[in-house]
Amino acid sequence: MKDEGLGRRDFLKGAVVGGAAAATVSLPPNAEAQQGASPAAAPDAASPGYSFLNLEEAAFVEALVDHMVPADDLTPKGTDIGINIFIDRALAGGWGKGERLYMQGPWKLGLPSQGYQLPLTPAQLYRAGIEATNAHCRKSYGKPFDRLDDKQREDVLVALSSGKLSFDNGLPARVFWTTLYQTVMEGMFSDPIYGGNRNKAGWRLIGFPGAIAVHRENVEKYRDKKFPADPISISDMS
Amino acid sequence: MATKLKEVDAVIVGLGWTGGILAKELAEAGLKVVALERGAMRSTDKDYAVPNIRDELRYVVRHDLMQNTARDTLTVRNNPTQEALPMRRLGSFLPGEVVGGSAVHWSGHTWRWTDMEFKVRSLYEERYGKSFVPADMTIQDWGITYAELEPYYDKFEYTAAVSGKAGNIKGQIQRGGNPYEAPRARDYPLPPLTPILASEMFTKAAENNGYHPFPRPSANASQAYTNPDGSKFGPCQYCGYCQRFGCEANAKGSPHITVIPIAMRNPNFELRTHSWVTKVLKDSDGKRVTGVTYTNVLNGEEFEQPAGMVLLCAYAINNVHLMLLSGIGQPYDPVAQTGVIGKNYCYQTGAGATLFFENRHFNPFMNAGGSNATIDDFNINWAFDRGPHGFVGGYNMAGGFNTVLPIGYRPVPRGTPQWGKEWKAATAKWYQTAMNIGASGSVMANRYNYYDLDPTYRNAFGQPLMRMTFDYKENEHKMGRHAAAAINAIAKSMNPTRLNEATARTDPWTVVPYQSTHNTGGTVMGTNSRDSAVNKYLQSWDCHNLFVVGANVFPHNASYNPTGPVGALAYWMAEAIKTRYVRAPGPLVPA
Repeated sequence: MKDEGLGRRDFLKGAVVGGAAAATVSLPPNAEAQQGASPAAAPDAASPGYSFLNLEEAAFVEALVDHMVPADDLTPKGTDIGINIFIDRALAGGWGKGERLYMQGPWKLGLPSQGYQLPLTPAQLYRAGIEATNAHCRKSYGKPFDRLDDKQREDVLVALSSGKLSFDNGLPARVFWTTLYQTVMEGMFSDPIYGGNRNKAGWRLIGFPGAIAVHRENVEKYRDKKFPADPISISDMS
Repeated sequence: MATKLKEVDAVIVGLGWTGGILAKELAEAGLKVVALERGAMRSTDKDYAVPNIRDELRYVVRHDLMQNTARDTLTVRNNPTQEALPMRRLGSFLPGEVVGGSAVHWSGHTWRWTDMEFKVRSLYEERYGKSFVPADMTIQDWGITYAELEPYYDKFEYTAAVSGKAGNIKGQIQRGGNPYEAPRARDYPLPPLTPILASEMFTKAAENNGYHPFPRPSANASQAYTNPDGSKFGPCQYCGYCQRFGCEANAKGSPHITVIPIAMRNPNFELRTHSWVTKVLKDSDGKRVTGVTYTNVLNGEEFEQPAGMVLLCAYAINNVHLMLLSGIGQPYDPVAQTGVIGKNYCYQTGAGATLFFENRHFNPFMNAGGSNATIDDFNINWAFDRGPHGFVGGYNMAGGFNTVLPIGYRPVPRGTPQWGKEWKAATAKWYQTAMNIGASGSVMANRYNYYDLDPTYRNAFGQPLMRMTFDYKENEHKMGRHAAAAINAIAKSMNPTRLNEATARTDPWTVVPYQSTHNTGGTVMGTNSRDSAVNKYLQSWDCHNLFVVGANVFPHNASYNPTGPVGALAYWMAEAIKTRYVRAPGPLVPA
């Protein structure tokens, strides 16, 4: 158990290092003038710290997003594009606290066709799910998820996503996975204003132009041609 | 104790398309009108402006313009043997909750439903015999005809800035339009939208297969436009943020830029936002309604608003809920098959394929709400013989895009991993090189698909939630199989590099993911009080000064989007109130 803590501290230390200046670049409305930025551009903000996740949860989320979104020549890794920060902020905010969620009992598991039925806010679900996943990892491998090697992490995620893993504490693993997966995708592809998709790395990956205002002339001009998008975010236009 | 307010001529519950149309029309006719809207005022200038409106997380994923399920929701189940549980967050459908309602965040698809719907039982029985319609399929004729509604469709299309190409003007088939549509008096107010690559490719493939594609009629102004009321529209910018967003260009036909501001300039009209109507009040003999009670949700204060007429114009589900909560009309009982309130809840079904073309660039982020080409060869084409396939109804099929943003839309061929390097590479490769072909199918009414009040769960006002009992039946499964096969045949003829084939939907209806905000029925219209809640003027058979308008009056659901007939029926009903009802209040159709 000792080296677990050390590992997590190392992880956190690494995350704090290496932040460049935080200013986002304002782009002219004509994105064509700005094409060709490197998809693996350096992260543009220092790690801003966590508002909801505790040390163990932060280590889990960092390991998760770096495994699901590994660095290569298409994008930097998950923590370098802020997916962990997106998740932390989402859990700390209104959505995580169950805003818009009908929270009156009685509580029944129900059928899959009846949708989400747990008496948990998304933040509570995340917390309980990380605890249960780490318990499974400790039982199977003797260490928590963030200390597993790549192959072991992959096996855990495959088991979670395919419904093969069930938690000892009764939490429905598939419900946790659905939320986990959705938040990783949101952190990669939502506007950078929410802390993820840093430097618009998710949008650059696919060539999505972002918060662009008009395409009226582009429909004809770029029919069956690649639109040279240097993506624009809400903060670029604010 | 509720504070009793001064009586007005008419109170409107909910200010979206239907409430907005009635507010304008009745205020102009000299009636004192008050509208009660549970949501807030939002405007294009302040709320739907660039850049903040370009936010998929806020508007699509977190449902910023939608009903808040923490306050009121429904319980759901697939059949009466199951225990219904609350829909704890939105998913399958998305009712709006602001001034303008769901008409702020719709895509603008505007269809004319024809006599194939309005005379559904008679036509099928005439052609295929009585036994063709299954015993538990509770379809019925609507009591109205296309010819009666035609001028009101026209009025709605010209109000909402619909872009399209007529297929049939006064019986003359028009090249490039929908050859199966019913005759219209004149063309759409605006020419079709500029086609995108996906709709062009679908058009060509459909023609090659012998079908009759046409551009989808949509309330997305293809050019700058001033409607007959003087409301101004900007040209559509093909921004790719249509469905679930307010339009920053004022190019989408929405009541908040048309009928509502006109009503608000009229001294006969008053809007009260944040006003949640909890009940419609009846007089002692139950023959008339006397007004409504509502709560100011900013402070919890309760009011009674007396009114000479009550017009329910909320979202379709909420209109039915109010009728049940108010005890107006007899609740439907599926076992005894008695009662009408809650009867014939219907939804829609569908199937879809994704086609991957290695060397094409679809630019899926450039589209209008209605950027697709459609075929009706399996829909309102009566020459399509349902006999061998054994189903009632039909489906329209379309190729194109509407609001496909990257949190929700990242197509990859089936079998691609869900994360990791391989997933990233596939996502990068296929995001811009894929297109969709989809079918939207009708759902026929069924004895066991209905609404009633839930015995257990309550809303924020302590009232029972509405309970929805719904599933697809064999009729819809058969149609889904036909649609999937037809889609796949066209898709394969296009020779895609990879194809995710369409499959028929035969699993139970679920509350996740999003499917369609086309919930219909519950207070259906018809020819008599035994099998309908309202007459052809949407007037309650029970209380003649209560009118209920919305897709809740549809006795079944077609494959088309519902807003065309919803808007037309609102104008039709307004005309009946203005010219007949206010002069001689009483039933407009003998019971």
